[in-house]
Amino acid sequence: MKVAITSTGNSPDATLDPRFGRCSYFVIYDTQSGSTEFIPNPAREAEDGAGPEAVKLVASRNAKKIVSGEFGLKIKPLLDSMKIQMIVVKDPGKRVSEIIEMLNH
Amino acid sequence: MEISIISGKGGTGKSSISAAFATLSSDVVLADCDVDASNQHILFKPKHEEEQEFTGGQKALTDPESCTNCGICVPYCRFDAISFSDNGVIISETLCDGCQLCKRVCPHQAIKMVDYNKSRMYTGSFRNGRMVYGQLAPGEENSGKLVNLVRDKAKKQAKLHNIDTIIIDGPPGIGCPVISSITGTDHVLIVTEPCLSGLIDLARAAEVSQSFGIKTSVLINKFDLDQNLTTDIEEWCYKNQLEIVGFIPFDTMIVEAMVNCKSIIEWSPDSAVSIAIRDACKNILYEKR
Amino acid sequence: MLKASGIKITIASGKGGTGKTFVATNLFQSLSMERIPVTLVDCDAETPNAKLFFKSKKESTREVTQKVPVIDESHCTYCGKCHEYCNYHAIFFLPQSQMIKVIEELCHGCGACLVACKYGAILEKDSELGTITRYSLTNHNTLIESRMHTGVYSPVQVIKKGIKEATDQIITILDAPPGTSCPFIHTVLKADYVVLVTEPTPFGLSNLKQTVDTLRLMEKSFGVIINRAGLGNDEVYNYIKQENIKLLLEIPFQREIASTYSRGTLLTEIEPEWKKKFLSLFDTIIKENGNINHQR
Ligand code: SF4
Ligand code: SF4
Repeated sequence: MKVAITSTGNSPDATLDPRFGRCSYFVIYDTQSGSTEFIPNPAREAEDGAGPEAVKLVASRNAKKIVSGEFGLKIKPLLDSMKIQMIVVKDPGKRVSEIIEMLNH
Repeated sequence: MEISIISGKGGTGKSSISAAFATLSSDVVLADCDVDASNQHILFKPKHEEEQEFTGGQKALTDPESCTNCGICVPYCRFDAISFSDNGVIISETLCDGCQLCKRVCPHQAIKMVDYNKSRMYTGSFRNGRMVYGQLAPGEENSGKLVNLVRDKAKKQAKLHNIDTIIIDGPPGIGCPVISSITGTDHVLIVTEPCLSGLIDLARAAEVSQSFGIKTSVLINKFDLDQNLTTDIEEWCYKNQLEIVGFIPFDTMIVEAMVNCKSIIEWSPDSAVSIAIRDACKNILYEKR
Repeated sequence: MLKASGIKITIASGKGGTGKTFVATNLFQSLSMERIPVTLVDCDAETPNAKLFFKSKKESTREVTQKVPVIDESHCTYCGKCHEYCNYHAIFFLPQSQMIKVIEELCHGCGACLVACKYGAILEKDSELGTITRYSLTNHNTLIESRMHTGVYSPVQVIKKGIKEATDQIITILDAPPGTSCPFIHTVLKADYVVLVTEPTPFGLSNLKQTVDTLRLMEKSFGVIINRAGLGNDEVYNYIKQENIKLLLEIPFQREIASTYSRGTLLTEIEPEWKKKFLSLFDTIIKENGNINHQR
């Protein structure tokens, strides 16, 4: 299964980006193979529509779960209807590697 | 830590209290998110380092040269923005919502969309740290986008300057800009006062904030203006499990401070008001642990 | 009393809490006590509370709705045209997985997607934005309240409907929402005269200036009421003198006035002196308005 994680940088040492739509990078982590892919968020600076764009990106990679700090009011129903699970991590200091660790348990 | 200060209704003293919070420590980022009536810059006179344009939306504009006055676009507009005149149709800038439909249906390409970019965002330094504020141009839709921008900027400033505390002065009401001012913050402080509508406004604001699962607490300003109503607020908060972090007495000194471009903490650090505010802040920080 | 049938007066302020509702409700009450037919429209749709000051009976409630699209996926070919037409990102479209969805919270109800769809796959339904409630008071006058539901993108539609509810024949007082953005503009648009309520403080002055600039652009006639006079400084006075703006009334800062208002009592009801003041405020407005119209 693939999981998307919002990240502030493009390495496992980077911390979780608390914003979903405007995060710097998406990490696509494959729980089976253990592989990670870092994708810069193209909608990061968009004046609007960043949320739906981010959903599109994540969905196009077939992620079934998303880990981020917050999800907007308009995004939640969208993700729900696509059966993508939202995982909120409130600790902004968490590293991507730690989150991956968490997901493996 | 990001603390958002809101009030449901204007006039509860939210801005003065935000100003006081911003001057409690020597190192804060103050984000004035009341972009429709930003006031903090009047007190703190920040040194502007950066001015950014903000495009809130678009407006349709007709080109009288190409418009044949055929009127095809008129019934399409659901915002009643298009009307006939002798020189082709006219689009009211106030009524246009910027949906672009008229442009799409015009067979003569006589309509173009122009960016509406009169709003601004400023970043700079003030005597207690960094400050970011937005100014929405009159007539703009306050959709919360400018608020988001101000908050993003404030976070970047906090990181850049190694500052822990961000104080957000939020807008009145319960609409989109308020939601944008509180989502993802660590704490929402609702400033209320004992008046007839106080409790209703407090309840509506609390409903919004709690629906996001954000830690929310209440500060009662001018609590001694009406003891009975204050008791009502206390009981309501107790029932709804909202902690009251402080009671601030009524004192015209707050206005005196404002007239002198100072926060109450700066103007009269030992006044009862200042003491109450300091205690409230301690309570919020204590809760965090 | 001067003749004033059908005049629309908007009571506004750049910032909330300057006493806008205080002025609107007291003006309304003074006229009502003189048996003058008048309607009060509470246009502060996010936090309406003018009603709290009156004993009233609910007459009717209407929903304010907006059209939002519904996509009939049995006719949809996933061409994406509606997505392209929507200027508000309200149509979520993912061609790879044949997924299309309306994000109602972002929809402005403009109808562009309906025009875009060549396959008849877009229908529309009503979505609720808020309510308009009519209350009749013991003196037979009417209060109309616009109330927006939480989470709606803008109160403007609800405000517009509320203003339309009032009959054009009698005096109408509009209690405006704070600020100078869209909702304020729509409350002022139909007004014959605008009363700006401000405080003699730096905050009050800054918001007043912004509102004055906006009203001048809109070519509206207006005057100023200074509330909590005696607090603060002279800058507001200097400004309105310099700008040649009419000072309509001063309301002194008094703890009693503040606490009377807090308890939901109308000053004009208990103090005949204040009723007189508000009636003469009304006369001034009519005169000012007449003068200006005359000049045109
Ligand atoms: S852009 Fe939309 S709202 Fe503006 S005039 Fe054209 S049809 Fe009307
Ligand atoms: S009605 Fe207008 S705003 Fe709503 S989905 Fe259709 S195109 Fe978008």
